Amino acid sequence: MTNYLDFEKTLAEIEGKAEELRAIARQNDAMDVDSEAGALDVKAANMLADLYKNLTPWRKCQVARHPDRPHCSDYISALFTDFTPLAGDRNYAEDLAVMGGLARLDGRPVVVLGQEKGNDTKSRIERNFGMARPEGYRKAYRLMDLADRFGLPLVALVDTPGAYPGKGAEERGQSEAIARATEKSLQIGVPVVSVIVGEGGSGGAVAFATADRVIMLEHSVYSVISPEGCASILWKDPDKMREAAEALRLTAQDLKKLGVIDRIVSEPLGGAHRDRKAAVDAVGVALTEALKEFDGKDAGTLIASRRQKFLDMGAKGLAA
Amino acid sequence: MNWITNYVRPKINSLFSRRETPENLWQKCDECGTMLFHRELAQNLNVCTNCGHHMAIRPRDRFTALFDGGIFAEVKVPAPIADPLHFRDQKKYPDRLRAAQRATGEAEAMLVATGEIGRTPIVAAAQDFSFMGGSMGMYVGNAIIAAAQEAVKLKRPLVLFSAAGGARMQEGILSLMQMPRTTVAVQMLKEAGLPYIVVLTHPTTGGVTASYAMLGDIQIAEPNALICFAGPRVIEQTIREKLPEGFQRAEYLRDHGMIDRVTDRNALRGELISIIRMLLGQPPAVMGDLPAPAPIPSVSRPASEPDAAETEIPSKAHSAAPVRE
Repeated sequence: MTNYLDFEKTLAEIEGKAEELRAIARQNDAMDVDSEAGALDVKAANMLADLYKNLTPWRKCQVARHPDRPHCSDYISALFTDFTPLAGDRNYAEDLAVMGGLARLDGRPVVVLGQEKGNDTKSRIERNFGMARPEGYRKAYRLMDLADRFGLPLVALVDTPGAYPGKGAEERGQSEAIARATEKSLQIGVPVVSVIVGEGGSGGAVAFATADRVIMLEHSVYSVISPEGCASILWKDPDKMREAAEALRLTAQDLKKLGVIDRIVSEPLGGAHRDRKAAVDAVGVALTEALKEFDGKDAGTLIASRRQKFLDMGAKGLAA
Repeated sequence: MNWITNYVRPKINSLFSRRETPENLWQKCDECGTMLFHRELAQNLNVCTNCGHHMAIRPRDRFTALFDGGIFAEVKVPAPIADPLHFRDQKKYPDRLRAAQRATGEAEAMLVATGEIGRTPIVAAAQDFSFMGGSMGMYVGNAIIAAAQEAVKLKRPLVLFSAAGGARMQEGILSLMQMPRTTVAVQMLKEAGLPYIVVLTHPTTGGVTASYAMLGDIQIAEPNALICFAGPRVIEQTIREKLPEGFQRAEYLRDHGMIDRVTDRNALRGELISIIRMLLGQPPAVMGDLPAPAPIPSVSRPASEPDAAETEIPSKAHSAAPVRE
């Protein structure tokens, strides 16, 4: 069953009707519904194309958060072989919001890292909805260090509403853990490629997206604050999230224009959740291409150019 | 020529204009409610003389009190592109910026300066909470990079006073990008082997805490400063329980191993001098009130006689030192 978003309500009705007709026809051989159902299909397809042609920023946020959207674990299991999860921060705990370990991409060993939101109630709670605690960032730090020491490229998949705002997380140094992970990713002498596959939520995302190449899926978002949070602070009304989403320029298209990300990977019509395999494969192609760019580059060059890339983030902006 | 002919009729303006009574002669302590005389409060660096509560202090005032003789040279910070996103909420971002500039008389939310403290040359940067909540946008990023570059160029330590609500939302993703960007600045210092000391002041939160403010070689906080990633209100809403007394305050962070020291603002200068000189392998600073460095003809005296300083200060030095005595 498809999970529909609120703006897809009419589409849901049409697709539902077509499905209903076919169900009746299956029970009753004499009935011929093909033409009628076919017409509905065409109508639905047109509507889908229309809806997704110009998604507003807020709708993109909704698509980026879609429960059926492929998550980190889907990408890892489809694109990587020999995935060997590595656990723990060696200090306090294992944070399941962050998954990572050794794996091969096209046969080449890499360290893969990502935030996982979970896909049913049980796993979502386990994964804390993809909101990492300090242990998650310290685990990331450890894996980055591992990648550096053994010269393995780092692939990071970003999908998080943000770092977890909890009591224990604060006591154990959430901000310090994020700062150290960000610092580490600027120090490692191996290629770092990040893909924002869903939500790139603020400081919680940035430690995973301080990369040589930042790739975004077409309908993913990356922002300094959630539109709801921004609306409640600046508009004093959380229901103004549409306006906030607009103002924050959080879509892949705007971020590309701003020079903050390097590449956009197209999604199947109707979003990655409508054709998960196609979306995952497209990310795989982009990852391979991105890593190829860094073949033969030495550690010093990699670090210097990554730093320069972020130093240049003071002269960006939309042309007036 | 008697007094009658000399008599000047009062001008109409002077009859009607009210006597000038300066406002804000008294300020109420946010914590204990005591009314504090402004001069006394300024002399105590905006720390309540009754309860010791640390109120906000503007970067310029802080620097005047920090540097020897109140003398410092501002480091020029390159201006970034204004309003990079054409951001508009209920107000336009440029309007908010202009209002903040008018209200504070400052260009932006961070001031960078070079000078000497206890005759120890340093570079200092201070964030201005009164300027749009001290928020970190591209300007603050530029300021931190300028400060780090200046420190590396002059081979001096950097002391950074943080105070911010976090990233500047009006610059969207570009403000978020200042997290890695300022981290690169910190790395420049570390690679040059220069001390980077962070003084966390009230409040330091969000993306600022999660980047340059937590990467110091030494982390000092002012008493009772709120220091956190997520604010207490957000946490209470998330976990739906009341937070303990003093949660996320400087002392709480120290007790949880997140910072080195909690130091009173009035003791901070001495502590910074002492720490920096130790880190740099220099002999202890001469205690007592040191004269302003530049404009005074040097008076030779043995460094081991701090008491002598009291008497030998040329009178010019006193007039050069505005706030501190």
